[in-house]
Amino acid sequence: MATPATETLDLAVKFPGAVRADTRPGFSGWVVAPEKLLEFAAFVRDELGYDYLVNLCGVDNLPEGQMEVVYNVYKTTGGPGLIFKTQAARVDPIEIPSLVSIWPGAELQEREAWDMYGIRFSDHPDLRRILMWEGFAGFPLRKDWKEAFHDEEIKPYKSRWPDGKHTYAEKRSAYGDNINFEPGFDPEKWVPTDPEEALYAALKKYKSEEKDGIKTDHIIVNMGPQHPSTHGVFRAVVILDGETVLSLKPVMGYLHRNHEKIGERNTFLHNMPYTDRLDYFNSMTNNWGYSMAVEKLMGIQVAERAEYIRVIMSELSRIQNHMILIGMLLNDLGAYFTPALYAFEERELILDIFEAVSGSRMMCNYFRFGGVVRDIDETSLRKIKDLVFDRLPRKIEEFDRLLTENEIIVSRLKGQAILTSEDAIAYSMSGPMLRAAGVPYDIRRADPYGVYDRFDFDVAVRHNCDMMDRYLIRLDEMHQSVRILEQAVRQLPEGPISSQKPSYQIKVPAGEAYGRVEGPKGELGFYVVSNGKANPWRYHVRTPSFVNLTALEKMCVGTKIADFVAILGSIDIVLGELDR
Amino acid sequence: MKDEDLRDLNLPGYEIPPELAGQLAITTLDRVYNFGRRSSIWPMMFGLACCAIEMICAQAGRYDMARFGMEVMRPSPRQSDVMIVAGTVTKKMMPAIVRLYNQMAEPKYVVAMGACASGGGPFKEGYNVVAGIDKYLPVDVYIPGCPPTPQALVAGMIKLQEKIDKQSIKHVRWYDGKKEDSVAVAIPYLGPDLIDPRRIPEIKAKSMELAQPPAPAAEA
Repeated sequence: MATPATETLDLAVKFPGAVRADTRPGFSGWVVAPEKLLEFAAFVRDELGYDYLVNLCGVDNLPEGQMEVVYNVYKTTGGPGLIFKTQAARVDPIEIPSLVSIWPGAELQEREAWDMYGIRFSDHPDLRRILMWEGFAGFPLRKDWKEAFHDEEIKPYKSRWPDGKHTYAEKRSAYGDNINFEPGFDPEKWVPTDPEEALYAALKKYKSEEKDGIKTDHIIVNMGPQHPSTHGVFRAVVILDGETVLSLKPVMGYLHRNHEKIGERNTFLHNMPYTDRLDYFNSMTNNWGYSMAVEKLMGIQVAERAEYIRVIMSELSRIQNHMILIGMLLNDLGAYFTPALYAFEERELILDIFEAVSGSRMMCNYFRFGGVVRDIDETSLRKIKDLVFDRLPRKIEEFDRLLTENEIIVSRLKGQAILTSEDAIAYSMSGPMLRAAGVPYDIRRADPYGVYDRFDFDVAVRHNCDMMDRYLIRLDEMHQSVRILEQAVRQLPEGPISSQKPSYQIKVPAGEAYGRVEGPKGELGFYVVSNGKANPWRYHVRTPSFVNLTALEKMCVGTKIADFVAILGSIDIVLGELDR
Repeated sequence: MKDEDLRDLNLPGYEIPPELAGQLAITTLDRVYNFGRRSSIWPMMFGLACCAIEMICAQAGRYDMARFGMEVMRPSPRQSDVMIVAGTVTKKMMPAIVRLYNQMAEPKYVVAMGACASGGGPFKEGYNVVAGIDKYLPVDVYIPGCPPTPQALVAGMIKLQEKIDKQSIKHVRWYDGKKEDSVAVAIPYLGPDLIDPRRIPEIKAKSMELAQPPAPAAEA
């Protein structure tokens, strides 16, 4: 289906000696020598048309003594993607050329690979740690790096299962807490270094100037991590000239919960409830992305009825997400909580359905490999029908009538923070952000998964590339979601809800898979590598919130500081998946 | 003040003549003092993770914390009474949280909402996760759940009201001239790992011990 297909053109012949096909069993794509990486990437983008870098992540191949970087590229005209890798010996310093000059969207993702693996990307404009702080000891995702509460390499831990003789993590750790220091570390003699220093150095230097005899200074403003407009613990450092933003750097990692490190210790099924906690508004779509990646690895089909249930759940999820987004965006614009309260009313009704089918309001943990965990009961189905055929279309209309022509909204949003189509693609924007910039790219259409190819719906697209469009596209998408839901509810077939027998432990053959779904916030991708054992060797989450922030500075420079709040609101970030 | 409120305040055993009902209450100073505080607990507008969404839901239509006088979310710690630690506490965030706590004026309370804030939750083993806010701040109420439902949060906040009811103006620390005006916690800082200033001697002793060749205690 969406497996990255091998180009008919043999790239190994095109780049003799520098490119070879990845022949490991279960792997696909190309392995590129680091020296030729830039040339190869430019060729892939310009000649083959893979203009959209979707995912970039490091992999630590400890047994082979290699550090690997994986790139997933796609065409914005649709179709399957191309995957290529580059490998370097696992000896510090590990140098790999940066692709920011080819795809600016690589910037934050490369910083993440540096932070987690210590892969130095040469010629990267601003290579600093991103999720951890500057000065943190070690590169945590390396396979030989152990956390303070380290128990065993993989789960289930022998201390817990089958005998259940667990110990307190605090007692296991040398320091009696989740902290670890080099032997001989002396906190009294240690000279505190400012973790912020590199950050301020990376910002454009602020300066004072004399204009018309008045001495003016640029000022630095820190917004966050505790700031009501940042939707959580996001932080942005801005340099201002008066009220105009001159330069801006996003600072993140305040909710970095180590999903990937924990995920590589977990068994495959263990990770399902963790994905709920990525984008905690949309646990249903998160489940789907992850189960899709693992289903690809296992090569199994999903039960027919479950496919429809999946569509129903993720489209309901999309509607409530967009409603909350609009409510919160309006909060940021100053409509203090009124639209948000309207949104939460509808959200509660959708959460009722989630709770009825899965047992939990927010953390649904509903999908299983090959299907879903429980069937929809009659009452829930009736509630869904009521919502889909009656209430939701009315309420979406109500939002439209209530807000769209509001003078304040129009004057705050229209023509603001333009992001052109070219920039949106270059910065790897995805989801509504990309479609509001005039690129009709929707994974449900461009690289269909599940049963989306059976439904009749339009890819919402807007062409003004401004904030107003980013607001309107959410309304459009809600309408389309209702359309999909109407068809899915009508066509819902009878039958089993899973193609697999329920089991705690599944057999996953060695290989790699990249599962991507159109989440409400954008492309949610899971890159999973299995080595045939009970746990994923690599579990990487490509989240829309994280990658969409690459263009934040681009959109903010030149606007007023108050607009920064609105721009951030229109991107629709959620900290759980931004920091992971 | 409405009639019901005064009747609530009146201590049992004191009969109020019918003609004075609603105008008079015989009660203790503690009761009046606590009545005021428990009926307008202002939480800090400060969400860390998933639990924050349930916190917002608890404020919104269906659950409506305003019924208990808890609807006024304050973005500034200076104006808030209770810090609802709603979500996973990370090492990177920890200095900021302690600083916020120190900036809150007395009387101040801390509610640990959810598994993560209470003890690390599903993310406890993570290298960037603080296993429970109580490693740094004194917690008044723990609310279980991942995330706790809005009902659970409301129940937790009612527990906090009960705790406030039991406090006496004679003994509370913020009126006790002998002690500090306000509890302040030493702010941890970010070094090679999170360093708690209160534990520096302990950390030093342990790291020196681990450095001893041939280090028999290295596999602690």
